[in-house]
Amino acid sequence: MIKVKNLVKRYVNVNAVDNISFDVEENEIVGLLGPNGAGKTTTMRILTCFMPATAGSATVAGYDVFTDSLNVRQEIGYLPENVPLYLDMRAKEYLMFRAKLKNIPRRERRKKIEYCLEMTGITDVQNQIIGTLSKGYKQRVGLADTLVHDPKVLILDEPTIGLDPNQIRQIRGVIKGLGQKHTVLLSTHILPEVEMVCDRVMIINKGKIVAMDTPANLMRQLKTGSNLVLEIKGDGEKIKNSLSRVDTVQSVTYRKKDDANEFYINGNGEKDIREDVFNCIVKDNYILREMKRQTITLEEIFHQVTTKETEEETASA
Amino acid sequence: MRNVTTIFQREILSYFYSPIAYVVISVFLIASGFFFAGNLQFWQEASLKGSLDSIQFFLLLLTPVITMKLFADESKSGTMETLMTSPVTDFDVVFGKFLAALSLYTVMILPTWIYVLFLSIFGNPDFGPIFSSYIGLILMGGLFVSIGLLVSSLTKNQVVAAVIGIVALIILWVVGFLSTYGDGWFYESLRYIGTYDHWSSFTKGIVDTRDVIYYLSFTALLLFITVRNVESRKWR
Repeated sequence: MIKVKNLVKRYVNVNAVDNISFDVEENEIVGLLGPNGAGKTTTMRILTCFMPATAGSATVAGYDVFTDSLNVRQEIGYLPENVPLYLDMRAKEYLMFRAKLKNIPRRERRKKIEYCLEMTGITDVQNQIIGTLSKGYKQRVGLADTLVHDPKVLILDEPTIGLDPNQIRQIRGVIKGLGQKHTVLLSTHILPEVEMVCDRVMIINKGKIVAMDTPANLMRQLKTGSNLVLEIKGDGEKIKNSLSRVDTVQSVTYRKKDDANEFYINGNGEKDIREDVFNCIVKDNYILREMKRQTITLEEIFHQVTTKETEEETASA
Repeated sequence: MRNVTTIFQREILSYFYSPIAYVVISVFLIASGFFFAGNLQFWQEASLKGSLDSIQFFLLLLTPVITMKLFADESKSGTMETLMTSPVTDFDVVFGKFLAALSLYTVMILPTWIYVLFLSIFGNPDFGPIFSSYIGLILMGGLFVSIGLLVSSLTKNQVVAAVIGIVALIILWVVGFLSTYGDGWFYESLRYIGTYDHWSSFTKGIVDTRDVIYYLSFTALLLFITVRNVESRKWR
């Protein structure tokens, strides 16, 4: 549905988007993840024909973004960051205006608008002036607008920013539902959102794609088996010494927790060290109350891939 | 063309949702009524010539207020992004907004026909110059609106758009007077560029194609520049 090849957007002396390529398949929800200023919005603006790229090519729904702009725009629903709306119009009136702009035949307009109002849950406020609506409702009016012409591709820039947790949940539910009929490309810097909603994640930093995979695969790629958290009763210092003697253990730290100690153990290498650690504890007759593998979250992956880059850069400079 | 209509409708609605339309129209009617009464008392003749000249000065001040929000507001609130990513051409947007502002302008000057009514009740006015004056007013409105529209597309700030628009229109008006200070091609072209000279022949009852072409071509040129300027976000 979306094909991007070697896309570059150059501002005066920075590459906001630096030679990125990716594909999005039909009915896939892809999350574009990155710190502020990573090039998410720029990428989206190029895909929605709001600004052209400096180099490279992009097609949306088979139409070229640069040469076939009007057709592309007919096929996409775009929700910009901060959801700009005409605050002086009523919600339904606004959707009617947008529906006309998006060339929906007169006969279908009412039905489509009704559907969008229902889908985004704003039927109750359809006759209110948009300026008087709360942020969450404005967001939904914006979302309803992106849906109104039943586009093949939805491009949503930070669709849940500034909402309260309940609203975030609802909007996420809506987006997830949309993924069955539409191709969705959404950007965010809220990580759990990506884990919950997206089929695929693309992490971009400084205009470059640094990782692209399913959330589960991304987590698997990074070492996870060898970090343990344990709760052991006994003399902390002694336990630390005996654990450190285990071959596969690289480092041990601990802190007092209630009447026991909480230990953090890093293994060396990929190998599962749980059995070695267990045997060691049993041999020395300590009481093991809890042992768990430390699961790495998307947050850490994000941190790793986005900071590794900067460290390398500072090292080379 | 359907998109032009859609944009036009929204802009017209938005004028009457905000106080702008009401304020501008009331200010204009109060001012023009005052000058009509004054001119009538002074000249004691059943014609609109004097009053329309004074009224024209208020059009210089008020037209940029009508046009100031057209693009500036969209850029500021970010709706430019939703607008320009919907399947409309830049021309559709510019022309729709132009027509909306020109319509409001027309609505603003239409009630002055009540003066014509007064004149015809209490006197015997010559309708020729009156009709031609109104043709001139509309043509001049097109030019004023297109200047305001261009200025509005250059800034995000409505106040800046209004002030620069007013200054631009006043310069365009005054430039014609400067032409009386000398001869030669320079002063001649100043006279041509200035809007006053073209306008005054309409008030005399002359609809000269040269003047009509002056207004229409100048308006078209400004609209063209505006379209280019709106497009320019793409190559800047």
